[in-house]
Amino acid sequence: MASALEFRNVSLTYRSAGRSPVDAVRAISLAVDDGEFVAVVGPSGCGKSSLLKLALGLQTKSDGVIRIDGKDVERPRPDVGVVFQSPVLLPWRTVLQNVLFPADILHLPREQATRNATDLLALAGLQGFEQKYPYELSGGMQQRVGIVRALVHDPRVLLMDEPFAALDALTREAMSLELQRIWMARRKTIVFVTHNISEAVLLADRIVVMSARPGRIIADLANPASRPRDIQFLSQPFAAALSGQIREHLTRAFAMQAPGIATS
Amino acid sequence: MSETEPSAASLSTVATEERVGLWQRTRPALDVMTSIVVVLLLWEGLVRLFDVQPFIFPAPSAVLRSLWLGLASGRYVAALGVTLTEILSGAVIGSLAGLIFAVAMVSSRLVNRMLYPWVVGIQTIPKVAIAPLMLVWFGFGIESKVLIVALTAMFPVMINTISGLNATEHDQIALVQALCGNRMQILRHVQIPAALPYIFAGLNTAIVLAVIAAIVGEFVGARAGIGYLILQANFALDLPAVFSLLTLLGTLGVLLSLGMREIERRVCFWNRRS
Repeated sequence: MASALEFRNVSLTYRSAGRSPVDAVRAISLAVDDGEFVAVVGPSGCGKSSLLKLALGLQTKSDGVIRIDGKDVERPRPDVGVVFQSPVLLPWRTVLQNVLFPADILHLPREQATRNATDLLALAGLQGFEQKYPYELSGGMQQRVGIVRALVHDPRVLLMDEPFAALDALTREAMSLELQRIWMARRKTIVFVTHNISEAVLLADRIVVMSARPGRIIADLANPASRPRDIQFLSQPFAAALSGQIREHLTRAFAMQAPGIATS
Repeated sequence: MSETEPSAASLSTVATEERVGLWQRTRPALDVMTSIVVVLLLWEGLVRLFDVQPFIFPAPSAVLRSLWLGLASGRYVAALGVTLTEILSGAVIGSLAGLIFAVAMVSSRLVNRMLYPWVVGIQTIPKVAIAPLMLVWFGFGIESKVLIVALTAMFPVMINTISGLNATEHDQIALVQALCGNRMQILRHVQIPAALPYIFAGLNTAIVLAVIAAIVGEFVGARAGIGYLILQANFALDLPAVFSLLTLLGTLGVLLSLGMREIERRVCFWNRRS
């Protein structure tokens, strides 16, 4: 069976006139199984976000093959959902209208989309907020609307670009657990980009560690711990060991990138 | 709020606080009223004291009398109708043209390059200078005035709409693109709504300029309208009439501007708190 999302030898090089080409991503190979939750961890500038843009079809690769459901990604596809770092809600639309935005763009049947939206909003604890406007919600609630919106057209793959980075630490933890709950209910294939190790360990089945400049995969770690996991899970020996392993890889990557700084 | 949630303070303190709240709320309006009344009284007093002739500088009482006579006879009302028609139809035509040009220029680099020199060129010419030309082409009727108003109103709307359409958040556009949305959908669902506060900034400028343009047009040549009456009254040295017409014109401008702001408040309701 084909992977839900597959990168094979994918490279992305930015070329601009008068400057030497920059390797954003070099020779990435990664296969994500159907229903798998993969976290991509790496320092800033390691090409994590470029990876998502490539999978979304918003960025053209320089080399390699990207496939979703066995089909080459050349342009955006309707069966992919995306969550950005900021909620990116449209302030002139109500919560429900924002969630239905993909249905409007994709011309999906309104009635079915509304039913799905209402169910998802309830699942995300946003029942009763359907007719509110984004400015009436807290940051965490806005991001939950953003996640629900990404799921409303029932995509196969959900791509998340540091979705909780703009939230405070407590909201962030609550949101992680929320996401796990939604994922367990809907079982989407998720690629979750983050620079937060605990978040990755808490949420993912698999953690891919990337190095910066050029962005390459330097480790691919399994996290088979049972679900649902709560915040206490992070203080268990297994999770602590996994976090340590990730940190070690990141430190080594950092040392390769900037040998002068990392000796301390 | 101290009024809605009184603390454990004694009743007399609460009452004082309420009085202070009321005073603070009505204070700005009261200041404005006081200023108007004082200036008018001073004006009236000075005119009477030095016995200034009405054809040099009329007293407020004379202006008010003239205003009442003009309104009661229906002359001012008819003129107001003409000028208001010129302003509103010109502003609507000009704003629509500005919107369409802006969308075309933002959507296509080719259109942008072709239109830009003309836009800048025509914009730098004062519309007053074009007014006589419009008269030659479109006559003394309402059409020439509507066209002058439209030309004047077009530019602020166009310039503001262009910056609004270009100021859309990049991620909002990426969201539509990631959902396979086309250029029309980006424009319709994201760029135009996001540009609305900018568009209204343009419309607010346009409506004020439209009043000026209509009067300028009537000054250059007309058979009816407030500007036409002002010229007539001026020739007749009927200064109370000139002043009363100016008062009427000022009120009209303020009302149009306030009306536009009210529409903006309702349309861009989501922009108030951001």
